[in-house]
Amino acid sequence: MQKTVKQKMMALAGDQAVAYAVKQSDVDVVAAYPITPQTIIVEKFSEYVANGEVETEFVCVESEHSAMTASLAASVTGARTFTATASAGLALMHEMLFVTSGCRAPVVMAIANRALSAPLNIHGDHSDSMAQRDSGWIQLYAENAQEAYDSIIQAFRIGENLNVLLPVMVGLDGFTLSHTLENVEVLPDETVKEFVGVRKFPDVLTHNGKTAPFRLDPANPMTMGPIALQNYYFEFKRQQEEAMEHAVNVIQQVNSEYAKISGRSYGNGLIENYRLEDAEVAAVCLGSTAGTMKTVVDGLRQNGVKAGLLRLRTFRPLPVEEIRSAVANVKALAVMDKCISFGGNGGPVFNAFRHLLYEEANHPHIVNYIYGLGGRDTSPSDLRSIYETLQELLQTGHVEKPIRYLGLRS
Amino acid sequence: MTNKNKNWKEIAPAGVCSKSSLDFLTGDWKTYTPVRDPEKCTRCVICALFCPDGAINWYPEKNDIEINQDFCKGCGICANECPTNAIVMKIEQESK
Repeated sequence: MQKTVKQKMMALAGDQAVAYAVKQSDVDVVAAYPITPQTIIVEKFSEYVANGEVETEFVCVESEHSAMTASLAASVTGARTFTATASAGLALMHEMLFVTSGCRAPVVMAIANRALSAPLNIHGDHSDSMAQRDSGWIQLYAENAQEAYDSIIQAFRIGENLNVLLPVMVGLDGFTLSHTLENVEVLPDETVKEFVGVRKFPDVLTHNGKTAPFRLDPANPMTMGPIALQNYYFEFKRQQEEAMEHAVNVIQQVNSEYAKISGRSYGNGLIENYRLEDAEVAAVCLGSTAGTMKTVVDGLRQNGVKAGLLRLRTFRPLPVEEIRSAVANVKALAVMDKCISFGGNGGPVFNAFRHLLYEEANHPHIVNYIYGLGGRDTSPSDLRSIYETLQELLQTGHVEKPIRYLGLRS
Repeated sequence: MTNKNKNWKEIAPAGVCSKSSLDFLTGDWKTYTPVRDPEKCTRCVICALFCPDGAINWYPEKNDIEINQDFCKGCGICANECPTNAIVMKIEQESK
């Protein structure tokens, strides 16, 4: 096995870790607008620009809608492009998110996940990015600042892969990760630069009958994202679905390639199974909750409970086959949503899991826990209670209330 | 949908055009067609200047204009602007 490179330990909050990763990833353009709890990413990066530490073109825009528009425009010319936002900022980008994925522009965006108004709340939950799940973006969720750093570097490789060509958002929990100082191991600049490489372009046939690299270039004029009506629109959407299917493999390849240089991997890149092989009762969660959950699982295991955890790192594309085989032997499963889908009969992660397990002959009992909305703290004892409920469920063999609320005053 | 349309595996990503805009004959969008009376027309070329699609061309050697029906979308601005009412808009079938 290849030897991992020597790394430097730094004290970085999640936002700073993201900015540091962008600094090392040879990014050509950053167009962003500040919003809590993402602000530090843009603030820190603008320092790098001001100090001449990067050659990136930094575009100060007047809104998030413009931030995404400028990012898209830069990306289609062939520039490696990054932006960051959260909450209302992401909501304001909504329209342009679809244009970016539709133009197959591999923009990378960090989301410091935050609740949406009203009432106004600046703290962490997944309402913002979950509301964009059908925008055609790949979605990764980080467990800690280290993973936020690693995922940003990986995101450029994933999105820019010629079989993918999709934008990627990397979620890090607002405040819990964005503003919490952690020990983060960083790779040397040249190692990251080599890992991300230089952006490549597929050849496409243009209107003048010539084949040219897929980017806007005055030497090879082409039109991207023009009108496509009843006769062609559908075909372009099917191509995007195909790209998502390719991303399932590419995310795994990038995860293992990255492990070779850094010594760090996150499950198979799609899901991370924690003590799941022989687990009877298991939970599913995204992001920083998994850190607390692993401690809870360890405690339960010491008491002889066959508890496990599946951390979903990649929500889009949903790793259907990987999840099915990971939970094949689980008898009771709790799926946690840090997000509420009003009138949706459970949260988005729960609905995804229940539907993908529908055809499985011996699928587990499955319950949904809505939790942590607006940054409400989720304690180890809260999480332990989930496993106790799952054990009771094994006794009764019947799920009475499939959708439950964790940490809500009743 | 005709069979000559390509399937999703055959087309470039992001709607990259495989044909020039000269190959997309937008003239078939129209309901009304401009019909010119050459007797009334004074060749003032106001219609050509106003045409938003550049579908009216002026040929100095012939001292005449020509309406390009391949790209005329039938908006009627030419008929509206013509000082001598030399252009009238007609339903396409009737104009033939």
